Amino acid sequence: MFDIVSFIPRAVMQGIPLMFGCVGETITEKSGNLNLGTAGVMYVGGICGVIGAFLYENSGAEMSTFLTIAIPLLCCILGSALMGLLYCFLTVTLRANQNVTGLAMTTFGIGVGNFFGGSLIKLVNIDVPSVVLTKTSNVFSKTLPFADDLGWFGKIFLNYSFLAYAAIIIAVLASYFLNKTRPGLQLRAVGESPATADAAGIDVIKYKYIATIVGSVIAGLGGLYYVMDYACGVWSNNAFGDRGWLAIALVIFTVWRPSLSIFASIIFGGLYILNVYIPTGTDLAINEIYKMAPYVVTIIVLVITSIRSRKENQPPMSLGLPYFREER
Amino acid sequence: MEKRTPTVKMRDITKRFGSVLANDKVWLDIYRGEVLALLGENGSGKTTLMNMLSGIYRPDEGEIYVDDKLVDIRSPKDAFDLGIGMIHQHFKLVDVLTAAENITLGLKEKYDLKAVAERVREICDKYGFEVDPDQKIYDMSVSQKQTVEIVKVLYRGADILILDEPTAVLTPQETDKLFAVLRNMRNDGKAIVIITHKMHEVEAISDRVAILRHGQFVGDMLTKNTDAQEMTNMMVGHAVTLNIDRPDPVDPKPRIEVKGLTVRSMDGILKLDDVSFTAYSGEILGIAGISGCGQKELLEAIAGLQPTESGSISYINDDGEREELLGKDPLAIADMGVALSFVPEDRLGMGLVGNMDLSQNMMLRSFRRGKSIFTDRKSPKALAETVVEELEVNTPGITTPVRRLSGGNVQKVLVGREISFAPTVLLTAYAVRGLDINSSYTIYDLINRQKQKGVAVVYVGEDLDVLLELADRILVLCGGKVSGIVPGRGATKRNIGMMMTKLGGASE
Amino acid sequence: MIQISKRGAVSRKRNIAIRLAAIVLAIIVCAIITMATTGTDPFAVFSAFINGSFGSERKLWIFLQDTAILLIISLAVTPAFKMHCWNLGAEGQVLAGAMAAAACMVLLGDTVSNGALIACMVIASVVTGAVWAGIPALFKAKFNTNETLFTLMMNYVATQIVAYFCVKWENPVGSCTIGVINAQNEAGWLPQLGNKYLLVIMVAIIMTVLIYFYLNYTKHGYEIAVVGESERTARYIGIKVPRVIIRTMLFSGAICGVAGLLLVGGIHHTVSTSLVGGQGFTAVMVSWLAAFNPIVMILTSALLIFMGSGANQLASSCGLNQSFGDILTGVLIFFIIGSEFFVQYKISFRKKSKEAVKNV
Repeated sequence: MFDIVSFIPRAVMQGIPLMFGCVGETITEKSGNLNLGTAGVMYVGGICGVIGAFLYENSGAEMSTFLTIAIPLLCCILGSALMGLLYCFLTVTLRANQNVTGLAMTTFGIGVGNFFGGSLIKLVNIDVPSVVLTKTSNVFSKTLPFADDLGWFGKIFLNYSFLAYAAIIIAVLASYFLNKTRPGLQLRAVGESPATADAAGIDVIKYKYIATIVGSVIAGLGGLYYVMDYACGVWSNNAFGDRGWLAIALVIFTVWRPSLSIFASIIFGGLYILNVYIPTGTDLAINEIYKMAPYVVTIIVLVITSIRSRKENQPPMSLGLPYFREER
Repeated sequence: MEKRTPTVKMRDITKRFGSVLANDKVWLDIYRGEVLALLGENGSGKTTLMNMLSGIYRPDEGEIYVDDKLVDIRSPKDAFDLGIGMIHQHFKLVDVLTAAENITLGLKEKYDLKAVAERVREICDKYGFEVDPDQKIYDMSVSQKQTVEIVKVLYRGADILILDEPTAVLTPQETDKLFAVLRNMRNDGKAIVIITHKMHEVEAISDRVAILRHGQFVGDMLTKNTDAQEMTNMMVGHAVTLNIDRPDPVDPKPRIEVKGLTVRSMDGILKLDDVSFTAYSGEILGIAGISGCGQKELLEAIAGLQPTESGSISYINDDGEREELLGKDPLAIADMGVALSFVPEDRLGMGLVGNMDLSQNMMLRSFRRGKSIFTDRKSPKALAETVVEELEVNTPGITTPVRRLSGGNVQKVLVGREISFAPTVLLTAYAVRGLDINSSYTIYDLINRQKQKGVAVVYVGEDLDVLLELADRILVLCGGKVSGIVPGRGATKRNIGMMMTKLGGASE
Repeated sequence: MIQISKRGAVSRKRNIAIRLAAIVLAIIVCAIITMATTGTDPFAVFSAFINGSFGSERKLWIFLQDTAILLIISLAVTPAFKMHCWNLGAEGQVLAGAMAAAACMVLLGDTVSNGALIACMVIASVVTGAVWAGIPALFKAKFNTNETLFTLMMNYVATQIVAYFCVKWENPVGSCTIGVINAQNEAGWLPQLGNKYLLVIMVAIIMTVLIYFYLNYTKHGYEIAVVGESERTARYIGIKVPRVIIRTMLFSGAICGVAGLLLVGGIHHTVSTSLVGGQGFTAVMVSWLAAFNPIVMILTSALLIFMGSGANQLASSCGLNQSFGDILTGVLIFFIIGSEFFVQYKISFRKKSKEAVKNV
């Protein structure tokens, strides 16, 4: 039988990195920047956390819970913020093509992730067989109290680490920010029509920079969650896979609404692991076909949203376009 | 004249765009309690000058003083802080936001949309505007959007208001309303600048007029001390009468017959409503109307670019045979042997490709010729050379991308190409918009020559004076309906103006 | 005060000088990164780079072959990009073409003559590649569906299909890979010209010339350029935009299919999910860096392959991870796309007037 009580928590855990990525990318896109480098950003976020944790675990110092969380978290934030900064410098200040910049960032980011992931031990000359951050991971994946005592309720709702709840809180906050606050309104205006925002006295460049960097940091946390909680502190190259791209697709699926991303991410997380829960019998190959589910669903969603296009559900008008005040 | 201090002084303002000198050492004074008309031809640098005052551009050279203090206006925000607000020709509103959200955009006050709506209502009551603060911009009419723009500027406490050609999109009634409001504001002690090239507006609203020509300041004077003739002379540099030739129609025969044409836009708005008329060979049919009354849709429907709801468009050839154009795309129309030329309003966005050079642009119409899979590159090149020579296009060469040419030269390239393949029908939309006087006359001349060759010309224009002198007959559109067709000879501006704003009036 | 303004005409000399400067700067930065991470001295870094591509005759041939494959994929994506259709699906289109060729080899290897088999492979991979690009194109043309993400998702669908067959046809059993197909009779292996590298290189050269003429001298090429610049202009002169979109994407996909065919039939004689190895994305950058000019693409693809194999050489000699090349490629591209700004815009410094006070 289909085991829903074990399926949902796994779907949620799969969905959390997507949720981070989707919310981060939504905020970025609201400023008119289409950051196709999100996949790279999430890799960098993950590996920076890994580097921080690795150095701390192997520093020989007594490990405090606070620093075990703070060091990887800060490293992750710093790394992904730098990626956002790089993207902005190229596309906003130097007005480079957003698509190409994004792709280059993906190549670069995945390269950074895999390079350091694979060569970390060699680079710092520490005598351990592989990068396994069990201690850090134990702290990061600590679930809420009573998770095991409250039966199915505990398993489905309390069985997650603090970053998972942070993802949901960030999504809610992002939604509130965009719809109910002045900077949120102004950010939307920047993405819709930078010339209008500029004329209204909004610093378009600043908004684009901040939104993209904050968006990148949020996306980067997705990478950190993945490696520290989902992957139990084990970095393996390319394991993070295509989640960055799926996160970008989710932005369209959620019509640029962070609140919707909570449910959409979990649904996609479910699709991601569906193959494990569908009985395959003796034909192992068919499993590979089931793994197509998230991509096929994304395609169907893309088609449906493009067929029923409504004014309210359109991407920010200036998405993908550079802005230069004195252009004529 | 009494001694007054100007609230804004602009001194020696110079601005270049690449090699184009848009403003050349311009001086301008703006006083409180006065409506200043900034008058000049298209391209004389009026908007550029005001954009520098409102922080959109920064001057390359020169100084701006506000209340005798030297200021550096780096951004629109700086301008607002100095009490300067500009209402642009292209509205700076975010479509998906509401009026209130647009109005509060960029401000530092507490984010409270209810309070914003309240204050908006106060401002509206004070001056007699009508704005629904919770309405989304994309649901608004042009005049409502303009109102939001003005309220936005007032909301920010601006006391120096700049309006860039505010009446271009308004009906006469809406214009009157606007002017009444502007007078109220002037009496309130605000300084108002209105950019325009329409003489009667200068006379109707302004207290003082300042004139720019080719980016240079020519002079200013009190409106009551001058007249249209003097202003025109200063504006164009030498006295002109609009003496446009109007040869008699040559052997007019029905060429295009439009019957009951109805067009709806994508969002279901009625753009053309049961339009019927006939365009004859060897004559110019002028189309008059306030902008956005269906002119664009009408031409595009004939050219096969606009999906239609009902009606028919027949093409009648020299032997009197009829063919239906409706429902065919431009290629199908050309395949039928109908030589139809179309000079669209949007030259670089539709008629030409800005990034391609002259000869590649000539190829747009001819590239399909011949059976070979390769394009013929020789004849477009030859055509480009001919057009450059005959129409005196000012360009470094035929390998220059057309976006680098000035507006007049771009239009010459476009018109030159369109008339090069011996059309039987020529559709033109705002053919002289943005052109200087000389280029405009070149274009009138070209159109007249086509007419004399027996081409049926449909000329959509915005300047009634030109229409009255150029067109053999004038069709007036009002809100997508034909409000009348009158002979060009003997028609009066007053009569046409009436028909533009309401149905009825004289008809054939 | 920094003032930024758009340049008018840009001279060719200046254009090339700026780009060369960017590349030189990028290489210096790459060298610094390399030294910092590996501790190698700069001389060793550069010699390792040269070694990576030109160290031996074999390396040189492999360099040329890799460049040729990347070049073909870049050529494939170019018509679509020129049309402003962001086809990020080259990866999947190549893989689909490769899978089709491999399937022919597996299924027909023993039953038909080698000539017939190769003909089948050519048709199968070209058609499959074209279909893989055609599906998103159809929706793009009909409903304006976002082609960037659609083509991207098609990559993963293709990957999963390959993964499926890798399990289905695994050889040896339990390896989850297909292994070298028809190792005994070499059925479906493309013929060699002189040596095993030359065929791919020749195909790339022919393709480059063909695409160059296709884009610049044919009616199709002209239509692509017009649609890319302005869809409204295209409609105005009677070009059927949806038809051009679909036709061009089919064409793009077909060439990707050829690349897949060459990878399977000419080089690896097997198929796996990592066969294309991200070159579908690299190709986007190759094409864009060359400003869609097929002749310049020879240089840009060679440059990226040079960086990649140099970095690999260095990484393996220092016992580091192969992904080092991706980092350097990224840095190089950042510099080149950043340099575009200095080609397009002029930066001038001007003095602030002394007495000017910002009255805010």
